[in-house]
Amino acid sequence: MSKYYLNYLDELESEAIFILREVYAQFQNPVILFSGGKDSITITHLAKKAFYPAQIPFVLLHIDTGQNFPETIKFRDKLVKELGVQLLVGSVQESIDEGRVAEEKGKNASRNFLQITTLLDAIEKYKIDCAIGGARRDEEKARAKERFFSHRDEFGQWDPKNQKPELWNLLNGKCFQGEHFRAFPISNWTEMDVWNYILREKIDIPSLYFAHEREVIWRNNSWIPQSEFITLDKGEEVVTKKIRFRTLGDINITGGIESDAETLEQIVQEVAAMRQTERGNRADDKRSETAMEDRKKQGYF
Amino acid sequence: MTTENIDKNQLLRFSTAGSVDDGKSTLIGRLLYDSKSIFEDQLEAITNTSRRKGHDTVDLAMFTDGLREEREQGITIDVAYRYFTTPKRKFIIADTPGHIQYTRNMVTGASTANASIILIDARHGVIEQTKRHSYIASLLQIPHLIICINKMDLVDYSEDVYKHIVEDYEKVSSKLVIKDIQFIPISALEGDNVVSRSENMPWYLGAPLLHTLEHLYIGSDNNKIDARFPVQTVIRPQREGFIDYRGYAGRIGSGIFRKGDAVTILPSGFTSKIKSIDTYDGSLEEAFSPMSVCMQLEDDVDVSRGDMIVRSNNQPTPSQEFDIMLCWLSTKPMQMRNKYTILHTSNEQKALVKDVVYKININTLERDLEDKTFGMNDIGRVTIRTTKPLMIDAYRENRVTGSIILIDDSTFETVAAGMVVSK
Repeated sequence: MSKYYLNYLDELESEAIFILREVYAQFQNPVILFSGGKDSITITHLAKKAFYPAQIPFVLLHIDTGQNFPETIKFRDKLVKELGVQLLVGSVQESIDEGRVAEEKGKNASRNFLQITTLLDAIEKYKIDCAIGGARRDEEKARAKERFFSHRDEFGQWDPKNQKPELWNLLNGKCFQGEHFRAFPISNWTEMDVWNYILREKIDIPSLYFAHEREVIWRNNSWIPQSEFITLDKGEEVVTKKIRFRTLGDINITGGIESDAETLEQIVQEVAAMRQTERGNRADDKRSETAMEDRKKQGYF
Repeated sequence: MTTENIDKNQLLRFSTAGSVDDGKSTLIGRLLYDSKSIFEDQLEAITNTSRRKGHDTVDLAMFTDGLREEREQGITIDVAYRYFTTPKRKFIIADTPGHIQYTRNMVTGASTANASIILIDARHGVIEQTKRHSYIASLLQIPHLIICINKMDLVDYSEDVYKHIVEDYEKVSSKLVIKDIQFIPISALEGDNVVSRSENMPWYLGAPLLHTLEHLYIGSDNNKIDARFPVQTVIRPQREGFIDYRGYAGRIGSGIFRKGDAVTILPSGFTSKIKSIDTYDGSLEEAFSPMSVCMQLEDDVDVSRGDMIVRSNNQPTPSQEFDIMLCWLSTKPMQMRNKYTILHTSNEQKALVKDVVYKININTLERDLEDKTFGMNDIGRVTIRTTKPLMIDAYRENRVTGSIILIDDSTFETVAAGMVVSK
């Protein structure tokens, strides 16, 4: 076989770098949506590679629900310092205080849905014309329909039935004032690809992804971390378990799995043997069969 | 899959075409299910839905349902992408709907594919839709075509039926330009010849579908001869240690570049030599498509986005007027002599359609010399003229430098896709 071929991870990396460079070239004011999770961390790593030896030409935007894992915030601040990039924070708490949104009520209340308003407000306030995200098509059925350059109208809405066709490598990033794009450079990656890449590139990720002892509650078929946002129901008890998280969302809705995986190698082995999808432990996706599609249409990540 | 495999494993992109009843969704569901790419919670969700709809068995086709309306109406609206990995390869499936806006979606899904699977219902044989799909595969120059003759279980796994369909199909394909065609008799529903060899068709001596996909030779799918490097952006780090650095960032469209190569910058025609080929992981002696790199040149010449760096002894032809095969993708019909924005690699110019040479009747595959109108899903040969020369190659030789899209300036919609035929 000829030596002039790339293995699939190199090809995915090259594609992601190509898309990041297109974003930089086609938009005036792009940002990276940064959640502190492995996918957005991977995006910052790819951005570092895409523009080397220059620094990352994007600002990071974090939509802060105020219900984070403390480890995520610590990690975010450290990374921002290392990369020498600017960090913008959109606060859901502020949106609540200003009366833009109202807190959900009930046992499974979460601020997940409220993020949409805060995100769209931030996009308007900072005149962002492209928000780069780490969403992947393998994550969820609505996301399987996403383009690399995904158009949002002036209300931030996604119209999945009426998307621009994306052919070859020709990306059309044109839109009217007030509209914007979302760009998804790792669309074609799977969870396994991301982990293999993190392992290969030795990318630093929050300690939450590694197995650790933690106080947790068994709720909705997963281990929810004990935190100030949790009210115990009758029959629920706090126990200490060795767990790790496959995805990171808000602390009150992200379930962990029991695990002994303490190194990246062990995580890769574990993920390869998994029989549940990674979002299976996300209460935000379990609300209905089309929970993600419904949120995305309104402007969700 | 663990890291040992990554160094060898390549990516194969393929598209699937077929209509609602061909069993396309069932086939994809079967590939995902039998290659263990479906997770328990996904299976559980679909088992529940199948039961609610009154089905006895799990409906594999539901794995490919995405949007609310697709689930409700049992149709596919838009191209959806699916992923699975075997110890041999990683696969990306572009699942394109067969009925609504078929041309637009098929062209989109096929544009980056190494291979395409076309499904034929064994009970119906070669129908007009088979011809349409094959024509589009040929037009898009998909290197490998796999014809799956499906629902063999409904024709008693008959070799005669299979042979008859293959013969019929060969009459169609003889008029097309397709490099590699293979035929496989399958039953997606029962799993025959999808992942494992069918015991019901001992007369079929070829490989099952998955094995075929794992072993397609894709080494020559990319053009490795004509070195083309469209510049995406210029990298000038304003930081210590790199003050004089000026690099041209892009993804190599085709061919191989080596340090020291004599290169020409188009359209200016300036010449220079490659000083270095840089990446974050270090500088390289050589780089090839589809690698993303950053190049420095020996001389201080003017290079910016939209320019193309090529090897001086092998250049594309800068052209302002040329013929393309055009696929119209918008509900708003083409307007002759209207100015559209044209995208070609990283280059953006204005263009107009000067003349319609002919239109293709997609059902008979015959040329229509009279009809000059282009509406949604229409395909034909047109002459276009651009405000400035584009550095084009024929699409047949180069998918990257031979493809364009047109954008309507009043809506910013992508309204057409085009493949360069000649200068």
